[in-house]
Amino acid sequence: MNRLLLYFALSTVLLLSIGEISFAGGLKGKVRVDGSSTVFPITEAVAEEFQKKNRRVRVTVGISGTGGGFKKFSAGQTDINDASRPIKDSERKKAKDNGVGFIELPVAYDGLSVVINPNNDFVDYLTVTELRKIWQPGSTVKYWSDVRPEWPKRPITLYGPGADSGTFDYFTKTINGKSQASRPDFTASEDDNVLVMGVSGDKNALGYFGYAYYRENQAKLKVVPIDGGTGPITPSEKTINDGSYRPLSRPIFIYISKPGSKRPEVKAFVRFYLAQASELVKEVGYISLPDKSYQLASDQFEKWLKGSLISGNSSDMEIKKVALK
Amino acid sequence: MFQRKWAKHWREESVKAGLFLCATVSVLTTFAIVWILIREAGVFFQDVAVSDFLFGTQWTPLFDPRSFGVLPLVCGTFLIVAGTALIALPAGLATSIYLSEYASSQTRSILKPVLEVLAGIPTVVYGYFALTFVTPLLRAVFPEVQIFNAASASIVVGIMVLPMVASLCDDTLRAVPASLRQGAYAVGATPVEVTLGVVIPSSLSGIMAAFVLALSRAIGETMAVTLAAGATPKMTMDPFVGIQTMTAYIVQVSLGDTPAGGIAYQTIFAVSALLFVITLTMNIFSSHLLRKFREVYE
Amino acid sequence: MISRSLTYRYWFARIFHGFCFVVAWAGVVILGILLFHVTCEGIQWFDLQFLSNFPSRFPEKAGIHSALFGTLWLMGFTALFSVPIGIGSGLYLEEFMHKNRFSRFIDLNISNLAGVPSIVYGMLGLVIFVRWFGLEQSVLAGSMTMSLLILPVIIISTREALRSVPNTIRQAAFALGTTRWQTTYAHVLPAALPGILTGIILALSRAIGETAPLVMIGALTYVAFTPEGPMDDFTALPIQIFNWASRPQQEFHELAAAGILVLLLALLMMNSIAVYIRHKSEKRNP
Repeated sequence: MNRLLLYFALSTVLLLSIGEISFAGGLKGKVRVDGSSTVFPITEAVAEEFQKKNRRVRVTVGISGTGGGFKKFSAGQTDINDASRPIKDSERKKAKDNGVGFIELPVAYDGLSVVINPNNDFVDYLTVTELRKIWQPGSTVKYWSDVRPEWPKRPITLYGPGADSGTFDYFTKTINGKSQASRPDFTASEDDNVLVMGVSGDKNALGYFGYAYYRENQAKLKVVPIDGGTGPITPSEKTINDGSYRPLSRPIFIYISKPGSKRPEVKAFVRFYLAQASELVKEVGYISLPDKSYQLASDQFEKWLKGSLISGNSSDMEIKKVALK
Repeated sequence: MFQRKWAKHWREESVKAGLFLCATVSVLTTFAIVWILIREAGVFFQDVAVSDFLFGTQWTPLFDPRSFGVLPLVCGTFLIVAGTALIALPAGLATSIYLSEYASSQTRSILKPVLEVLAGIPTVVYGYFALTFVTPLLRAVFPEVQIFNAASASIVVGIMVLPMVASLCDDTLRAVPASLRQGAYAVGATPVEVTLGVVIPSSLSGIMAAFVLALSRAIGETMAVTLAAGATPKMTMDPFVGIQTMTAYIVQVSLGDTPAGGIAYQTIFAVSALLFVITLTMNIFSSHLLRKFREVYE
Repeated sequence: MISRSLTYRYWFARIFHGFCFVVAWAGVVILGILLFHVTCEGIQWFDLQFLSNFPSRFPEKAGIHSALFGTLWLMGFTALFSVPIGIGSGLYLEEFMHKNRFSRFIDLNISNLAGVPSIVYGMLGLVIFVRWFGLEQSVLAGSMTMSLLILPVIIISTREALRSVPNTIRQAAFALGTTRWQTTYAHVLPAALPGILTGIILALSRAIGETAPLVMIGALTYVAFTPEGPMDDFTALPIQIFNWASRPQQEFHELAAAGILVLLLALLMMNSIAVYIRHKSEKRNP
């Protein structure tokens, strides 16, 4: 009996130690990231490349949604929040109450894409008015023919991000006029992968999510050109970059917390992020900011670290001005 | 001499106390579950009327306009359970009949381990199977099946629950004494008549208990339905569309870590409380069935 | 019974027999299909690289290393908590407790706990271990939650193993003047040990595949490292499988299948150990 215990203990210790490869020196510590599933692919790519070079740093990236992520961020539980919309006043206040200073850094452009199933051959474009008709709270649209009479009387099945998602906040604000105002009967998920699966498998489907998720799954989806008043525009690198894909082009951000930024591994991670962003953003499928925007963001970050920049208000105005030019 | 007896006594008592503490962990767990559910759901029900919750047909706790009627989730769970029952109960019973009445001991020695393996496969594997095998199969036969649908999930949960039904019924059937069977054979009954006319009626309580237990398991099933059945709460009886069960809703809200406070956090406790009450009732009913109507063989 | 023609009755008997036969073996066929499907999908990714790589956004580079070690850590700590408490409870309830209303209440309690859905345990873990104890998404929080989940299973199987030890052993020991604990520790427990160990292994194999409680305590994140201590974040095999299965790309589905193969292999190993123990103990006590 005692021998059994001894063997058990020894084998446990042995197993646990096999899993460890020790590297001499280098950065060590934790970086906690959470938030938007739209921004997630970029952060995941950065985390992967960063950890290859700094094996002793542990980066975790969650997908609680922009809103869910901010709740944790404001409570000081995460170091970085991925956000597909700017921070709300209520979230800003909560962070201030908890003593969590922060800086907002834009990392890419996204053209929020409305997608349909590839077998859908009658939808050529959608106007903003039509989108609102479909998605507003209390909408009675059940069939495609309710949107445009010449379309067939087939049922519409809707897919969209859930209520914690920044994409959801942004879409409802832009199309329906009020953030979080939406009809409730759609398949909701914070995980955009689920939405891709849904739309690609259902020929009556209509969904929306970040551009990268469309580009990654182009073979399975068909993107709908959106008419924002100047004719139907298809989202693409060009149209998102020059702003003609309206109104659904938007910058996406990461927020760094002041307490988190005091740790060297977090500093290194953010610097790495900004340095690699241009390349990784493109690889993931979003639209990168102009190089000088990343440079400016980098400079602002360094200034903020040294304490010569007030967090929050002034910085985001600066960078956003450059980014949105 | 007295010293040694004292020491022995204290050692005995302290060991007993230690073991007693261990035993209390399980009681504490139950109390913790009940207390937390009551407390948190209580906070929820300060804002939302119980009748609105139990009888409302719109479940939109996270959007504007907010509505907290839980019936769509219950309906979704019910749809899955109905499908599971359709598959697992008859098939499980038939399997157990085969095992106890017809199979040779050699066959038993193959079949029983296979059933144990089926029962031991983790639910996430069944969810994967539903998504990558069952749904495409269904869509090949019925093209209007959506990619997230209740049928896929209930087929797979049925397969998962079948071994449980089979094994429990098998135990019950084998408990029927041979003398009853032999009496029936003696008056010229065929094996099916013996089974249907004698064995099953006398083990009915055990079979019903097994059924109730299996359905309770299906109600609490999470991962397979999350992967395969979708995330759209709706009141429907159509197995080919996406729905959302109570368990899948809880997972959806917790997809990261649910931050404390706020109505979303409270909803998971309200739904958990409902789930707990339902499964607890069914489990108690099942053991009640076993005890009260158990046939006493001489 | 209404008297019917003999031929009809015999035909009905044959058909029924055939029906039961088909249904019973359908279970075997379904298991075969499941395993075949999973293996076909997953085997192409199942190599040494898969086992030693971390999850990646590129399917070719993705691996299950962090999930595998996360599961090992999780199981280690789960066993650490649940085994002593489970065996201790079983011992107390079976050997030391007098049968009264309170003991019946505890019996009812345990069988109810065994039937509580795993997601309720997840909620329990979230409130108590993650919030109150402040353990965040650590191996410790995960394993304590899992321990509570499998505790009823261990208790029930321990009690059955203890019950199967013939009373004569206990009585002989009492006759020689030993105390209850001495009897239990030196005689009853060793005799029941194979059954207890089998029960523990089966409980752990249940725990290894449970996803819902871990999702609820917040372990569903991108984790590309192995835990170095019980307070570290972690990911586990079923979570990684769930993550990959939720992605729309076919390659990730195949990776999920490969992950399932790893999980099934682990289960197979554990069940074989259980069968071996049962076999050896049957040889000793025929």
